[in-house]
Amino acid sequence: MLQIKNLNKSYGPNKALSQIDLDVPKGVIFGLLGPNGAGKTTLIRIINQIIEGDSGEIYLNNEVLNPSHISKIGYLPEERGLYKKMKVWDQLIYFARLKGLSHSEAKAKINYWLEKLEISSWKEKKIEDLSKGMAQKVQFISTVIHEPPLLILDEPFSGFDPVNAELIKNEILELKETGTTVILSTHRMESVELLCDQVAMINRSKKILDGTIRQVKKSFRPEVYCVTLGDLKQLIPQEWIAKEDEDNYTFTLPLSGKSPNELLSELMQYGEVKQFKEVVPTMEEIFIHQVKNNQNG
Amino acid sequence: MDKIWLVIQREYLARVKKKSFLLATLITPLIFPAIMGVFVWISLEDKSSQALRIIEVVDENKMFFLESSEQYAFSFSDTNLEEGKKMVLDGNRYGFLYIPEFNLEDPSGIVFYGEDNPSINLISYLENNLGKKIEEQRLFESGIDPKIINEVRTRVGIKSITLDDQGEETVNDATVNYALGFLTGILIYIFIFVYGNQIMQGVIEEKSSRIVEILVSSLKPFQLMLGKIVGIGAVGLTQFLIWVLLIGTLSTIVIGYLGMQMPQQTAMEMANPEFTNSMPQSDVSEILQVISGIDFLGLVLSFLFYFLGGYLLYGALFAAIGSAVEAPSEAQQFMFPVTIPLIVAYMGLFVFVLNDPDSNTSFWLSVIPLTSPIAMMGRISYGVPWTDLALSMSLLIGGFLFTTWMAGKIYRIGILMHGTKPSYKVLWKWIRTSQ
Repeated sequence: MLQIKNLNKSYGPNKALSQIDLDVPKGVIFGLLGPNGAGKTTLIRIINQIIEGDSGEIYLNNEVLNPSHISKIGYLPEERGLYKKMKVWDQLIYFARLKGLSHSEAKAKINYWLEKLEISSWKEKKIEDLSKGMAQKVQFISTVIHEPPLLILDEPFSGFDPVNAELIKNEILELKETGTTVILSTHRMESVELLCDQVAMINRSKKILDGTIRQVKKSFRPEVYCVTLGDLKQLIPQEWIAKEDEDNYTFTLPLSGKSPNELLSELMQYGEVKQFKEVVPTMEEIFIHQVKNNQNG
Repeated sequence: MDKIWLVIQREYLARVKKKSFLLATLITPLIFPAIMGVFVWISLEDKSSQALRIIEVVDENKMFFLESSEQYAFSFSDTNLEEGKKMVLDGNRYGFLYIPEFNLEDPSGIVFYGEDNPSINLISYLENNLGKKIEEQRLFESGIDPKIINEVRTRVGIKSITLDDQGEETVNDATVNYALGFLTGILIYIFIFVYGNQIMQGVIEEKSSRIVEILVSSLKPFQLMLGKIVGIGAVGLTQFLIWVLLIGTLSTIVIGYLGMQMPQQTAMEMANPEFTNSMPQSDVSEILQVISGIDFLGLVLSFLFYFLGGYLLYGALFAAIGSAVEAPSEAQQFMFPVTIPLIVAYMGLFVFVLNDPDSNTSFWLSVIPLTSPIAMMGRISYGVPWTDLALSMSLLIGGFLFTTWMAGKIYRIGILMHGTKPSYKVLWKWIRTSQ
């Protein structure tokens, strides 16, 4: 769907993006991760053709990115707003027409979405008279109104209350079902694990990792197991700092070069193994670990 | 192009549909005829409702006569000074005019006693009449018959006629030209300020409410800026056209209505005191002749040109300022270089252009694009060589292309910048960066 090759961008002496390569396949939810100031917004703005990269190539559906692609992308910026004095309906018509829809197409689609998000009765209201949640629904509609094959959402859940966040999350999943590709830029890792199929992480203008969630997690396995022992036959070594709960001892153990089976049989000598589970890092842990590592190195 | 059109439509409709637009558009032109009407009405009321004012006159010289009018009656008597003052205090008389015995060569000591401050009209009426009488008396004493003087007295009025290349003659009058230059120049000045500010506010609104990021993902910043400038300009033109129609009709109605109540001459004087005071010699028909001699089509066309040219030139600058700041209060520091040339043009219009449209200063003020929209209007009403006009117009076109280009560069970067307070140095950097 979207390929980026060797993309660079500097603002004066500051590098915003250096040698970014990305491949976003069709129909996935692609998480774009990174701390503030990493270059995510710059990358998104370049894909949206708001600004241009200094060098590198971008392809959308195997075509070099060009102005005709504007209607194929839906963009929800992190910092977003609507005309306060404009009516919901007029506003949506305006955004839809700017994306290239005809007046009649725009009308039909807006009606559909207003119904779907249950805000039809608000269409003659001005934005300033709407609650924040309502306005955000309108904002979301304005992003997807032209049914773009590629949707770029920058921190889509920021500012949403939990009910609306859930609603938007379901809309995103539904759009994915219909074949829409979604790029989700966020630093809320729980939504990444919940929604994303693939991720790429950018830190200090560079891409530091990418792949499917499973691949990423696999490559960051710390090779540590969580063990619970009961009915101890002999004392466990002191360094296995254990948590005692009635007669059960729970602790984590690194493999230290052994295979899991070897570790397990070793453990069996100490007592009855009640739990033996590999510790899988959360995306959050990987994120923090990577950012820290990157800073030190 | 389609997208610019959408932006123009939105900017236009969003403003024209507002109630405040309707109010401002309807009320502003009503203010002029209303004020005019109220004054005329009050003065008419004044005259008709007033009781006759009697003024007691004591003339120790026994030589003056004052003719009574609708408003004032003069009663001559021999009462003494104290008696006369008492009559005023008692309210029996509106005023008391005391003319002591004096030497005709040095008339002095004439006093008017009144409970109120007498109007300037009354005093000058008295002064004129007494003065005239003294003049006549002195002429008579030196052996000249005042009748001869009256016969010899001649009024000279110069009719000014301009000849164009074909020898066509046009009657003109500097006062009418002055008034036209004044009016059109001021209109452009106000228009640029009011609508330039609207552009700036609009840009700041889009920037601070972060709508702009969504907009520029659909169209180029330059298209957005251009659409905004043109859309707001169209609002201004609409408002202006409505005003012209409203003021025209209302003034005609008001003057027409009053015209039936008083002689034409007075109505004209009331409606436009400046005209008649400065042109005591010309009568209404002459003014009409002058007005009909003005090339209105040319005037209107050049007005529209400078109106739009000036607006576009400054509009782009206002847009650039709006894009660089985050709140109207921050815009002050950048307003200075935009306001100064406008004020220079405005002052120049009065000090130089209207008084001497062909001077060197007037020439430069009317060709430099930053001042020409206002200053040139002052010259056009007097007639201006077409070479000057062509130079001024082409420079103005060049000028607004330049400011629009420059503003586009600032705008493009400015609207996406948050949290930094830009300085002139930063703006200069934005202009120079290619992307």
